[in-house]
Amino acid sequence: MKHNLNSTQRSWFNINDPRVRSVIYQILIILGVIWAVMTIAGNVVANLEARGIATGFRFLGERAGFGVSQALIEYSSNSTYGRVFFVGLLNTLLVSAMGIVAATFLGLFVGLGRLTPNWLVRKICMVYIEIFRNIPVLLQIFFWYYVVLQTLPRPNQSIALLGDLVFINVRGAYAPRPILESGIGILTTMLILAVVAVIALTIWARRRKRDTGEEFPVLWTSLGILVGTMTVGYIATGQPLVFEIPELRGFSFDGGMRLRPELLALWLALTIYTSTFIAEIIRSGIQSVSHGQTEACRALSLSERQRMKLVVLPQALRVIVPPLTSQYLNLTKNSSLAVAIGYPDLVSVFQGTALNQTGQAIEIVGMTMAVYLLISLLVSAFMNWFNKRVALVER
Amino acid sequence: MPFTPTPARPAPISQMGVIGWLRKNLFSNIPNTLLSLVALYVVWQVLSSVISWAFINADWVGSSRADCTSDGACWVFVSVRLNQFIYGFYPAEARWRPNLAFALLVGFLIWLAVPRIPYKKLGGILALTAFPVAAYFLLYGGAFGLPVVPTSRWGGLLLTIVLAVIGIVLAMPIGIALALGRRSNMPAVRLVCTIFIEFWRGVPLITILFMASVMLPLFFAEGVSIDRLIRALIGITLFQSAYMAEVVRGGLQALGKGQYEAADALGLSYWQKMNLIILPQALKIMIPGIVNTTISLWKDTSLVVIIGLLEVLGQVRQALADPNWLGFPAEGYIFAALTFWVFCFSMSRFSQYLERRLDTGHKN
Repeated sequence: MKHNLNSTQRSWFNINDPRVRSVIYQILIILGVIWAVMTIAGNVVANLEARGIATGFRFLGERAGFGVSQALIEYSSNSTYGRVFFVGLLNTLLVSAMGIVAATFLGLFVGLGRLTPNWLVRKICMVYIEIFRNIPVLLQIFFWYYVVLQTLPRPNQSIALLGDLVFINVRGAYAPRPILESGIGILTTMLILAVVAVIALTIWARRRKRDTGEEFPVLWTSLGILVGTMTVGYIATGQPLVFEIPELRGFSFDGGMRLRPELLALWLALTIYTSTFIAEIIRSGIQSVSHGQTEACRALSLSERQRMKLVVLPQALRVIVPPLTSQYLNLTKNSSLAVAIGYPDLVSVFQGTALNQTGQAIEIVGMTMAVYLLISLLVSAFMNWFNKRVALVER
Repeated sequence: MPFTPTPARPAPISQMGVIGWLRKNLFSNIPNTLLSLVALYVVWQVLSSVISWAFINADWVGSSRADCTSDGACWVFVSVRLNQFIYGFYPAEARWRPNLAFALLVGFLIWLAVPRIPYKKLGGILALTAFPVAAYFLLYGGAFGLPVVPTSRWGGLLLTIVLAVIGIVLAMPIGIALALGRRSNMPAVRLVCTIFIEFWRGVPLITILFMASVMLPLFFAEGVSIDRLIRALIGITLFQSAYMAEVVRGGLQALGKGQYEAADALGLSYWQKMNLIILPQALKIMIPGIVNTTISLWKDTSLVVIIGLLEVLGQVRQALADPNWLGFPAEGYIFAALTFWVFCFSMSRFSQYLERRLDTGHKN
């Protein structure tokens, strides 16, 4: 703000000067925040002392003493609370990742379904969206868990899918489990090399196109490279990857990979709920590209595929990606509802069981919140970077 | 000889009326036809099984599970428990009180929402001053000879409405203040508001509710005990106001810079600028966003079941645990889902109507 130096001499403290007032306001606000934090902290310390609750993070090294039904890393009831934290965190990340992938695909299908010329498909997609968007996700989790998954048959009458490879019953879904044997290292290296080759090919093709305008069939060549290397490598290294197929023994299944009903219900509910929002985001994103763009493409005699790939999608993505990421974040946060059906996620095992046992509410709730905050901030940082990259250059 | 035009030929039958519509929309080419047939089959399968389960083979009247003899839905379970689902454990003889409060709420909403009814300002003022007082004494009692009904007896739909309405009404002014703070020129204010907003937005509501029920008692001096409902409300309001702030910020940003500059050029003070120029325009842009956050808050109230407050979903779950009525989870959950769905769907339709009505046609 420019200040008129020729005006009458002012004292540095003039209540009518907006800058002075703004400094005073800010000091008052900071003092108020400090006062509130101090009061709360004082009360907390006094209350904790009165109740005899320990403070500090020592409990993380103590023995937890309870079992967790699903752990991605080694865990037993002798493990520490710190271990419980990581078990819960990994379970949260697992169900979030599964949900994000599935919801994206489902949402893409439904969103495109709302744009097809087929009236019936459009209406079905609309009804699907309107039904599942307006029901709380917690209720949907309960519904899948207590209503749908409970009606599945017993293990000895399991529904077999894909020619006796996948089994679904009331105890969950069983799928073949990959078992790594020696030689997997070489195969992994080959896979990495193939991926590097594909990336190099993409860059080369893009450059060539920029210079000469000639198209190169990148997709098919890449697929060929990947499948070819993997097949050759798999046979050459002596088939280091085998699958253990689940088998019915008595009243339950043995071997294979098991998805517990809690995970299934949570996954289904999160996927379906979030897919409705993603579908609407994708629909409105594609519709936001003005019709003039389509007409311009036709005037340039681009094919329908080129129109989608080169003109519509790049512009639609700019509209789609920001709300899409916030839906991913919502899904991750909603995965905390796992506690309602006992899926051992971070909130359920750490903020639930561990909190009940230790009573250290401040530390545990703080750590849990910090995890979600960290995820949010990381994703927002990525989002800002992406937004800058694709943002419209204003002329 | 006068010119007589040849009469127009009738439009080809394959492009007009029902047949034309079907050809255009369902059977335009082979893939489309296949898609239509598959979709038709799926719709038929789903609808026929749902209708026969929920309507044709369902039991509607009765008083105990013995009346559920057919293999369809047992709606007796819902009708027997209906009062519990709506009022929770609110004393039966006092149910007229929530009914009256609800009728007042609906009356005020109609007053404010239907464009043809005049005196909007008066309605708004009454809805924000007289109505909360009346609703408090009606629901809680303690004056005018109304006996006190402790909040632990509130439940069902009543509790859902209380949580959502109070949450949204309190979150609104806090959200506006936070949004103004986040766009303020004062760095300290901006920082405090940004941290506040991002904190509550980054954390799942369930951890906030946990915090409200477990940690909040630790925050106050010893001896201060807070009602469980109030604790949940504090959590919900903080959470909601952060989301509301972002909606308001979106509205403020959508407004052209010229409006701010024009207000400054007229020499208006900050609050004059906000009250007379910016907020009236921004609020109009924000209405769809506000309704959307209201809808998500409505759905989020179901989470209080996890900290032991029994709103609709909680009451349904409690009724499902009744040993006399084991085995009707589908009926219970579908009833709860319908309750939520009706409210959320009508709100979203209302928001679309508002968007159309408020569209002044000069976007950008």
